[in-house]
Amino acid sequence: MNIQLKHINKHFGDVHANANISLNIQDSQIFGILGENGAGKSTLMKILSGFIQPDLGEIFLDGDKVAIETPADAIKFGIGMLHQDPLDFPPMQVIDNFILGRSEGLVITYPEKIKAFHELQKEFEFSLDPYTYIDTLTVGERQQLEILRLLWLGAQVLILDEPTTGISAQQKDKLFAALKVLAESGKTIIFVSHKLEDVENLCHKVAILRKGSLVGEVDSPYDTDQLVEMMFGKQITLTQPKPFTQEKVNFALQDMVVEKYPLEIGPVNIELFAGEVVGLAGMEGSGQNVLLRACAGLLRPISGRVVVNDKDMTRKTYLEFLENGVSYLPASRLEEGLVPGLTLAEHFMVTSNEKSLFIDKSQFRKQAENKIDEYNIIGRPETPVKSLSGGNQQRAALSLLKENLLVVLLEHPTRGLDIESAIYMWDKLKERCLLGTSIFFISADLDEILRYSDRILVFFSGKVSPPLDTSQTSLEKLGQLIGGKGWDQTFE
Amino acid sequence: MEQTRLRRFSFLFQIGGVVLAFVFISLILILVGANPLETFRLIWEGAVGSSSRITNVIIVWIPLLLVTSGLLVTFSAGLWNIGIEGQITLGAIVTTGVIRMFQDTAVPPALVIILSIIGGMVGGMVWAALAGLLKTYGGVNEIFGGLGLNFIATALNIGLIFGAWSRAGIASMSGTDPFPEAYWLPTFGSINLSWPSILLAIIGLVIVFFLLQNTHFGLRLKAVGMGLRSAYRLGIPTKKYMMLSFMVCGLYAGLTGALQVVAVYHRLIPSISSGYGYLGLMIAMLINFKAIWIAPIALFFAALNIGGIQLPIVQKLDSSLTGVLQGSLVLFILLMQGVKQRVLGKGGGN
Repeated sequence: MNIQLKHINKHFGDVHANANISLNIQDSQIFGILGENGAGKSTLMKILSGFIQPDLGEIFLDGDKVAIETPADAIKFGIGMLHQDPLDFPPMQVIDNFILGRSEGLVITYPEKIKAFHELQKEFEFSLDPYTYIDTLTVGERQQLEILRLLWLGAQVLILDEPTTGISAQQKDKLFAALKVLAESGKTIIFVSHKLEDVENLCHKVAILRKGSLVGEVDSPYDTDQLVEMMFGKQITLTQPKPFTQEKVNFALQDMVVEKYPLEIGPVNIELFAGEVVGLAGMEGSGQNVLLRACAGLLRPISGRVVVNDKDMTRKTYLEFLENGVSYLPASRLEEGLVPGLTLAEHFMVTSNEKSLFIDKSQFRKQAENKIDEYNIIGRPETPVKSLSGGNQQRAALSLLKENLLVVLLEHPTRGLDIESAIYMWDKLKERCLLGTSIFFISADLDEILRYSDRILVFFSGKVSPPLDTSQTSLEKLGQLIGGKGWDQTFE
Repeated sequence: MEQTRLRRFSFLFQIGGVVLAFVFISLILILVGANPLETFRLIWEGAVGSSSRITNVIIVWIPLLLVTSGLLVTFSAGLWNIGIEGQITLGAIVTTGVIRMFQDTAVPPALVIILSIIGGMVGGMVWAALAGLLKTYGGVNEIFGGLGLNFIATALNIGLIFGAWSRAGIASMSGTDPFPEAYWLPTFGSINLSWPSILLAIIGLVIVFFLLQNTHFGLRLKAVGMGLRSAYRLGIPTKKYMMLSFMVCGLYAGLTGALQVVAVYHRLIPSISSGYGYLGLMIAMLINFKAIWIAPIALFFAALNIGGIQLPIVQKLDSSLTGVLQGSLVLFILLMQGVKQRVLGKGGGN
């Protein structure tokens, strides 16, 4: 299906999220939409998929003007969208999610549906078990399910919003292969991303957005420097890791074993020095996030001890960890990170240790203004956090962390962020390291692990390696280790 | 600019909801052969037609003010305190118990009244804390827990009225023996309206208003209500705050029950809560959980309650008609909120 967008405009309050954007998207190709966070990519795609309505502008499908008022309308027209956070039902089984949204008959004939499911997933070499529950799947697997579901609903156009964040390299290869198959079979694929490499490898053509406007369109093959300049309007350089000193141990795990069905993770032994950064590398779902949650007291270990600043904190609650200087930043920003309905200023009020009864609103307004300046947050003290863009939400979450923390635990700290925001995030984290904070972080991006970690723990289906010095390893070696190869040689 | 336009717009939708509710009720009235305008006039007349009617409206207004104020605290924490009816009943039971315990002793009646009101508040709070414990530590949804506790409270109340506290000789649906007048809350001279009740209700409303508007406690409650997991991650002891919100609401419900006993009925009766808890839930929804609107809307609901009383006599209509009006008001206004959201677009971030 050919899609034509004409003069799309959308305002959110003062923000002009889409300014007069016109695009032609042809079928049988993969069309990239590139831009940093807050460039207006998601807004444009939400308009095309019926989640929001444009203030002005028209949409044509194969030359016919259409009004897409709801996501159901979009599906009726054959447009399916894969969201950054999968919109599925975690307590339900894979097969039930697959069936949902397609209304036919009263009684579900499972054998037939399961057969259809298997046939469809064979085309893309996916291997999902229809009977498992969604909450045991990784983001990558949930994404695969969502693609299958949309295709089964008859989608001719697939919109993927930042699909490669939070999935492993292997899952990414599978996804790209599937997308290529789909484009060859005549489907229209729209690939929204801020990752140059992904766009370069995959897309036949790319449109670049910056601050709500269309900067230009480029055909493959691409000149990377040109794309970067179009995205940011300037060149960016990367920083080098800084050394830490082995003096004080902030945090230690001793023979720690944690469990989350079907994985048993551990035993883990590590001492985290003041100012040190330790990266947790591994395929998505290898147990890193389970361990990290246990380090924050959000999950109880089966055995072993967690020691914070020489104090045994095993089996203490998260709030006690927090009091002892351990803070946790989760990957799901609006579910677990920030309270969507509260404003930025209210977040500072809520997280303050203020013992007084009444709120001094002007004081917190000022504090919020200072942090907004310091952390480059695009927003105002009275902006609700749910209307901030992903990068700004992450900066807001970072700005809420207390001073002088012993340990910061981060789950995918730069997931969904553009390069500039990611570098900024790490600059801020490194500032904390210089003041003696230790960092424990998970990333699906091996480059990020290698660039910022002093030491690395490698995870492979619940097995955890001893700490590995970053200087002693390489991208290739780490890639093999997270795939389960070369463990014997590396760790004897 | 944009903001004021939006606000005016949403006001229009509210008005639209009210108009629709009245149209709906009018249609029902026409269907049963009554004249709608005449009926509305009679309700108005029934509410403000004489000083005793106005007094009665205020007597109903007081418990509505209190329960709605309390409910805003639980709603802020994202909790549906359906158990408020039982909490009112427990307040009334404890208050009655305290007065019965002391009414034949030398303890000064004023002190007994104060003790009984405090006892009633504690009773309501304990009953609410039970719902809270079931929710936070037992994993029982507060709606189910509250409903169950309501049934237990009713059974306890009836059991006492017909059992341990029954009137000498005959147990009666009309309740326990009335207290001597010394144990009644003082009134404005001969008008059957107790001034301490009004005072307590207004103080209660003001406290909730400031609690939710200007305090750290109130804001943290809102954070819990808007995003439980995020609030916990940000360092708010969410279980504690949920428990506290239940307990504050229970205090209000207990006070309501206590005042119904010491200021209105002067005894324990089977339907002591009079359904004010459920009415309070409706008012809270109608005002979209904004404390500033409690007083006028509760007054309006009280007026409807009293205004409908004489309908059966004059118009041969059932007085529950005003209940239908209250219910349809809530439904239509909520409906118009939904319509407004559709019309104004769903918004959302990038």
